[in-house]
Amino acid sequence: MSGYQKSGIEPSFANELFTPLPKSRQFFTYLMNAIALGFTVIALIPLLSILWEIISRGISGLKLEMFVNPVIDFGFGNAILGTVVIVSIAALLSVPVGILTGIFLAEFGRINPAANFVRFITNILTGVPSIVVGVFAYSINVFVTKTFSAIAAGFALATIMLPVIVLTTEEALKLVPTDQRLASAALGGNRLQTTFRIVITAALPAITTGILLAVARASGETAPLIFTALFSLDWSEGLLSPTASLPVLIYNLYNDPDPQKHQLVWTTSIVLLSLILFVSIISRLITSKRKIK
Amino acid sequence: MKNSSNSPYNNSLNLNDENVELIGNNGIKGWFDQGFTWLVYTFTAITVAMLFVMSWTIFQEARPAIAKFGIKFLWGQDWDVGNEIFGALPYIYGTLVSSAIAILFAFPVGLAVALVTSENFLPRSIQTTLAFVVQLIAAIPSVIIGLWGIFVFIPVLEPLQRLIAKYFSWIPLFNTTEPFGTNMLTAGIILAIMILPTIAAISRDVLLAIPKELRSSSMALGSTRWETIFRVLLPAGFSGIVSAAMLALGRALGETMAVTMVIGNSSQISASLLDPGYTIPSVIANEFAEADRGLHIGALTYLGLVLFGVTLFVNIGAILLVEWVGKKNR
Repeated sequence: MSGYQKSGIEPSFANELFTPLPKSRQFFTYLMNAIALGFTVIALIPLLSILWEIISRGISGLKLEMFVNPVIDFGFGNAILGTVVIVSIAALLSVPVGILTGIFLAEFGRINPAANFVRFITNILTGVPSIVVGVFAYSINVFVTKTFSAIAAGFALATIMLPVIVLTTEEALKLVPTDQRLASAALGGNRLQTTFRIVITAALPAITTGILLAVARASGETAPLIFTALFSLDWSEGLLSPTASLPVLIYNLYNDPDPQKHQLVWTTSIVLLSLILFVSIISRLITSKRKIK
Repeated sequence: MKNSSNSPYNNSLNLNDENVELIGNNGIKGWFDQGFTWLVYTFTAITVAMLFVMSWTIFQEARPAIAKFGIKFLWGQDWDVGNEIFGALPYIYGTLVSSAIAILFAFPVGLAVALVTSENFLPRSIQTTLAFVVQLIAAIPSVIIGLWGIFVFIPVLEPLQRLIAKYFSWIPLFNTTEPFGTNMLTAGIILAIMILPTIAAISRDVLLAIPKELRSSSMALGSTRWETIFRVLLPAGFSGIVSAAMLALGRALGETMAVTMVIGNSSQISASLLDPGYTIPSVIANEFAEADRGLHIGALTYLGLVLFGVTLFVNIGAILLVEWVGKKNR
C-alpha cells in the first residue's frame, strides 16, 4: 500500500486496476474462442473426409491397365485423353488472349478508364456460372458444327479460363518494378522489346502459375462439358465428335448399378483429384512464396 | 489516386509511373511496336466482347421462349415438356432457397475461419497452413463433392434429418414425414461447404487490411479480444465482409453438379426443407443435352438467362462494393 501512496495513486483506483475481468466478460471471451476454433475445425472436416473417402474407396481398384483402357473396358484412358485434349484446346484459345489482355491492363496505363472498364468486365466474366458458359458454347459451336465435340467443350473451358489468366497475368506484371521498364526505355528499348524481353521474362514464373491454376480449375469443370463434349464410352473419333472426360465420367457413371463401374468412379476421382490438387498446391506454393518476398 | 504509388520517382521526377509511355517510333522497330500495340488492343477487345457476345447469344437462343411466355415465365409453376408448357418458379425458388441456406451456414463458419487465421489465436505457421488448407476445398471439382455428398455425407445426415422430421414436423420448414436425404437442406449444406473458401479468404484479406492502430487503441481502452473484434474490427470490415458473402452467394447460385446430385430434382415447390427441390443449373444440366431444338431448348436457355441476370446482379454488386471499400481505404 505504501508504494501506491508514494507514487500518488489512489488506493481505490489501484484496487480496480488489479481486479480481474468480471466473470461475464471472461466467460464471453472463452465462449467466443471455443466457437471460433470449433467452427474452424468443422470447416476442415469435409476436406479431410473427402480426401480420406476417395482414397480408401478408390485405391483398391487402381490398376495400371485402367490408364490405357477406354471406359467400355473399365478403364479411363479415353477420358484422360479427352480431358487433356479439351483442356489443351481451351489453353490454346485462352492463353494468348488472356496474356495480351493482362499486358493491356498492366502496361498500357493501369488506371485509365479503358483499363478500369476491361478489369470490370473481366471480374464479371469470373462470376458467370459455368452452366451458362456451357449454354453459350453449345449455342455457338454445336449449332454451327451440328455435333457435340471436343472443340465446343474446349471453347467453353477457354471462356472459363480467360478471366483467371487475365487477372493473374496482371498481378504478375504489376510485381515487376517500374525501374526496370524505365531502364529498358532509357537504353532505347521500345514497348515491344521492353514488354517481352524485360517484363514478361521477369514475370514468367508467376504467369505460368496463373495458367496452371486456370488449367487446374478447368480440368475439374463438369457442367459446361455435359452438353458440349457429351461423353463416349470408347476412344473419341476426332476433334469433331463426342469426347469423354474425367469429370463427366464420374457424373455419368456414379449411379451405375454395375459394381465394377462404381469402383471405376471412385478410382477416377483419385486420379482427377490428385491431378488437380497437385497442380494447385504447386502453383499456390510458388505464389505464396513470391508474396512474402 | 494521383501519383500515389510507392515509387521513389514520385517526387524527384514528374512522372506518373503507373502510366509510363514506353512507345518507340523509329523505323521498322516502330512498325513492330505499332503492330504489337494493335494486337494487344484486339485481344483485349476479344476479352470484352466475350461477355457481350455471350449475353447476346443466350438471348437469341432464348427468343422463342421469351416470345411465347414473356415475363409470365418467371412465375409459371408447370414444366411439361410434352405439352410445351414451361414455367420457371420451382427452379427459381429452389435456386434462391438452397443458396440462402448455404450462406446461412457458410457465413458464420467462414467468418470464424477468417478470424482464427487473421487474429493471433494461433502461431503464425499454423494460421497460414489453416488458411491454405481451407483454400484447397475450392480446388476440389464440384462433381467429386457431389459424389462425396451422395455416398458419404447423406448416409450420415439422413438419420439426423429423420429425427428433425419426427420431432419438429409442426414447424412448416421441417414438415416431411419420411425425408430421403436428397433434399433442399442437404443441397444447401453441400453448397455451404463449397462457398466456404470464398468467404474465408476474402474476409481474411479484409481483416488483415484493417490498420493495427484501431486494434491497439481498442485494446488500450481495456477491451478484451472479442470485444475488439465485435465493436471495432467487424464494423470496420463490414462492407468488405458483406461483399465476400455476396461473391460467395453468386457462386452458390450458379453451382451445378454437386447440387444436381444431392437435391433430389423434383419440380414440386414445397415449404419443407426436407423435401427434394430443383435448381436452375440442375434442370439445365439434366435436360439440355436431350432437349429438342425449339421451345424446350428455348425455355432452358431462358432459365439460363434468368440465372445469368441474377448472378450478374449479385456479382456486380459485390465488385462495386469491393472497389468502393478499396477506394475508401486508400
